[in-house]
Amino acid sequence: MNDASISIEKTGLGSEALRGLAGPGDYIALLKPRVMSLVVFTALVGLVRAPGDVHPVIAFTALLCIAVGAGAAGALNMWWDADIDAVMTRTRRRPIPAGRVTASEALAFGLTLAAFSVVVLGLLVNVLSAALLAFTIFFYVVIYTMWLKRSTPQNIVIGGAAGAFPPMVAWAAASGTVGLESLLLVAIIFVWTPPHFWALALYRADDYARAGVPMLPVTAGPDETRRQILFYTLFLAPLGVAPALLGYAGLAYAAVSVLGGAGMIWLAFAVYRRRSGDGAVRAARQLFGFSILYLFVLFATLLVEALVPGI
Amino acid sequence: MARREKKPDDGVVLTEEQRRRRRARSIAIAAVLGFLVLLFYVVTIVKLGPNVLNRPL
Repeated sequence: MNDASISIEKTGLGSEALRGLAGPGDYIALLKPRVMSLVVFTALVGLVRAPGDVHPVIAFTALLCIAVGAGAAGALNMWWDADIDAVMTRTRRRPIPAGRVTASEALAFGLTLAAFSVVVLGLLVNVLSAALLAFTIFFYVVIYTMWLKRSTPQNIVIGGAAGAFPPMVAWAAASGTVGLESLLLVAIIFVWTPPHFWALALYRADDYARAGVPMLPVTAGPDETRRQILFYTLFLAPLGVAPALLGYAGLAYAAVSVLGGAGMIWLAFAVYRRRSGDGAVRAARQLFGFSILYLFVLFATLLVEALVPGI
Repeated sequence: MARREKKPDDGVVLTEEQRRRRRARSIAIAAVLGFLVLLFYVVTIVKLGPNVLNRPL
């Protein structure tokens, strides 16, 4: 019995994997390209706003390493969570549960890319950013995926740190230090994560329950989740304005963050009030969608203010 | 023409679809390796600048 058949028997997945039908697209899917795009965007903001000049080629290399590191973490997450992915509607067509890639292939792919991204970042850019990238990958794969995700409803609260680190990694790549402003960017994404994911979990609670993932709506119920969403959003809105209040950002950012924060609070209140029927699902979907727009616009404004001084 | 029978010492015989996917994977790996060679070359020039040519005997 060869290694591939052993891994398939162990996981009960991947009946087609032995046929070698994986294409390049399946390996790209293992990198979670949509998550990667958000990581690259927030990292770009950290890179551009960091003090000092960085050569465009070095900046590109740093972004590439951060993107590949994030992709590696995504592949390792899919390797570990293949059993969960197989029973959730949203994820059951991923390459491992669909049987096009074996779990051991995904593990080798993820480990290789993780090591490569960290070593290249360390050799070509600087050691601090490489160390932070290594910690980010470790945090996402070991702390979040292997430990927290299946053991506590606070999984995405603490695990959200992994998704929040990229602007700090990029800041370190550009400046060789970790500034207060970069920590503020990390804090914004960190506090944004719970209301964003819990809004999704509210209308996907059945999926998470079937997979045995202890998301807050499954363990504490939808009402407690709505209360927690509102709590985090009330904290997020002023935190989003903080870069302007502390003098790191300009008037455009101040206006966008105040309006966006007000929108987030409005929608979080709507989620809190509407507790049943189609209205409740619609409110949760609206908050989930708007939260993506909110974070994107905040970081886009920071980017534009850095690139076009005087706005 | 009669279809070729698989003999015990043939090992794994790939189907046409498997060959096509393997070729696609091989091309993708080649493209990534080529890109990395180019990236390391350009980064070396950027980091060393004119010192690339400074090779005292």
